[in-house]
Amino acid sequence: MKKKIIIYILLIVSAFLLFAPILYAISASFMSPKDIYAGKLFPSEFNFDAYREVMDSIPLLHFLWVSFVMSFMAMVGQLVLSSLSAYAFVFIPFKGRNLIFFLFLSTMLIPWEATIIPNFLTILHLNWLNTYQGLTFPFFALPFGIFLLRQHFMTLPKELWESAQVDGCSRLRFFFKFALPLSKSSLSALAVYGFLTTWNKYLWPLLVTNDDSVRPVQIGLKMLIAQEGSSQWNMVMAAVVMILLPTLLLLFIGIKYIREGLTAGAVKG
Amino acid sequence: MEITNSNEAAAKRLRKKEWKLFGTGMLYLLPAIVFMAVFLFYPIVKTLYFSFFDVTGGGVTERFVGLKNYAKLLSSQEFLQSMKATFLFVLYVVPGEIIISLFLAVIASEKLKGMGFFRTIFSSTLGVSVAAGATVFLFMFHPSLGAINNVLGMVGIGPIEWLTSSNAALISIAITTIWMHIGINFIILLGGLQNIPEEMYESAKIDGAGYYSRLFKITIPLLSPVLFFVLIIAVIGSFQTFGQIDLLTGGGPNNSTNLIVYSIYQQAFSFGHFGFASAQAIVLFVIILIVTILQFRYGERKVHYQ
Repeated sequence: MKKKIIIYILLIVSAFLLFAPILYAISASFMSPKDIYAGKLFPSEFNFDAYREVMDSIPLLHFLWVSFVMSFMAMVGQLVLSSLSAYAFVFIPFKGRNLIFFLFLSTMLIPWEATIIPNFLTILHLNWLNTYQGLTFPFFALPFGIFLLRQHFMTLPKELWESAQVDGCSRLRFFFKFALPLSKSSLSALAVYGFLTTWNKYLWPLLVTNDDSVRPVQIGLKMLIAQEGSSQWNMVMAAVVMILLPTLLLLFIGIKYIREGLTAGAVKG
Repeated sequence: MEITNSNEAAAKRLRKKEWKLFGTGMLYLLPAIVFMAVFLFYPIVKTLYFSFFDVTGGGVTERFVGLKNYAKLLSSQEFLQSMKATFLFVLYVVPGEIIISLFLAVIASEKLKGMGFFRTIFSSTLGVSVAAGATVFLFMFHPSLGAINNVLGMVGIGPIEWLTSSNAALISIAITTIWMHIGINFIILLGGLQNIPEEMYESAKIDGAGYYSRLFKITIPLLSPVLFFVLIIAVIGSFQTFGQIDLLTGGGPNNSTNLIVYSIYQQAFSFGHFGFASAQAIVLFVIILIVTILQFRYGERKVHYQ
């Protein structure tokens, strides 16, 4: 009983400390400039002005939409490429596949930041600055995703493919009718992971966008700070809250899949 | 004669079948291979190539300079300072985030009512983008308006110049980074804890082992493969820090937070020194390679696999 109480106290204190920055951002987003300058922790009265003002100041909804399209595109690309590759590695017994798989895995050792200079030049020369393909194509091939789905496909019984073959089922049909539907949990984990990580990208969009047309919200935030950061902190925090909401919601809904997916990768890997 | 013929024919058929299989396999792999080739293999090779040249802003190689860019690294005070700051930063961040995440995972692995809520909160920083997280900390670290100095002020401490003094800035960035990394580490460590079979604890309880001896004699050793995995991603992740620096300090003051990726970015995209920046990128690549290999060679021996 005593142990239970101690653990509850630890849990509550830790949860409060960990979540405090987010609570503070929410609190500050409802403050008036006067509260901000008084250095208050809580608004003296709830005030939605900051949300209205920030929408007038920068095209925040447009930036959110760009981030959504960008994250969705990268997610789909990663799912398609990862599942096709993982399928080949598990269900097509061709010679040299282990070597190729090893080569794929070895790319996990390349820190992506070490490749930005040639990648930037590639996008520049393709005239893909300020385009969705420029923002997302470099992230389509995801070694981690291929690895995760390969692990999952390997758990599917081999007899399934053998009996499907007897019934005259083609490889492609088997892929769509059996392999994919039976891997929903791993595919969901990868989808949530891919969407979140793309949504949160910062360095790459900073390099390949220089106007508002396809500017993701993270770079919009940098712009807002440059514009208002010295004075209008309530506006900046309102923008932060609006940027956090979609991913926090997605995380809370998808946490189950992520946990299963990442755990499988870490434990079996 | 006939037998060899049919053998040959069989071998031929087999070869044909193998080639066909190979073709099918490659067809499925083709999209991934194309994207990896263009956006991973080519650029890393090209970066190495660039590092031996003077390169103009447009990516045109002007002339071969051999190891000049690398020699320049060794004599550049700025780069040496950047390396020092990077290693110091890794030293602050990695133990910090692993100890905190492990603590959270241990208390969240108890079977108690309402645990789902706490687990969600502890995972939440995974859903916080670098930009949003850094912006909140930028405000919290604000010398006169920010919450941290205000709270500290209530107990008579401060005000501390979190981001504007060379002594504190790197620590402030480290605190921000630790906070942002907790979510992912927590999720992986909690998963590892939940995979430890219940019987291990029951037999230890019968033997009269207390909470701490169970924690250090059973939980931690059995968790070591997962801890090892978390260690690797934590080290690699902190070497790759960029966004929080761009938003919080811009590498300053006095280059005290000019970590390697920020330095690469600045050299290439602010100053147009593509060749020099490429040499730094190769250094980053080699460091990560060495760290990973060392961790696998020496770390793995200490890891207890079930």
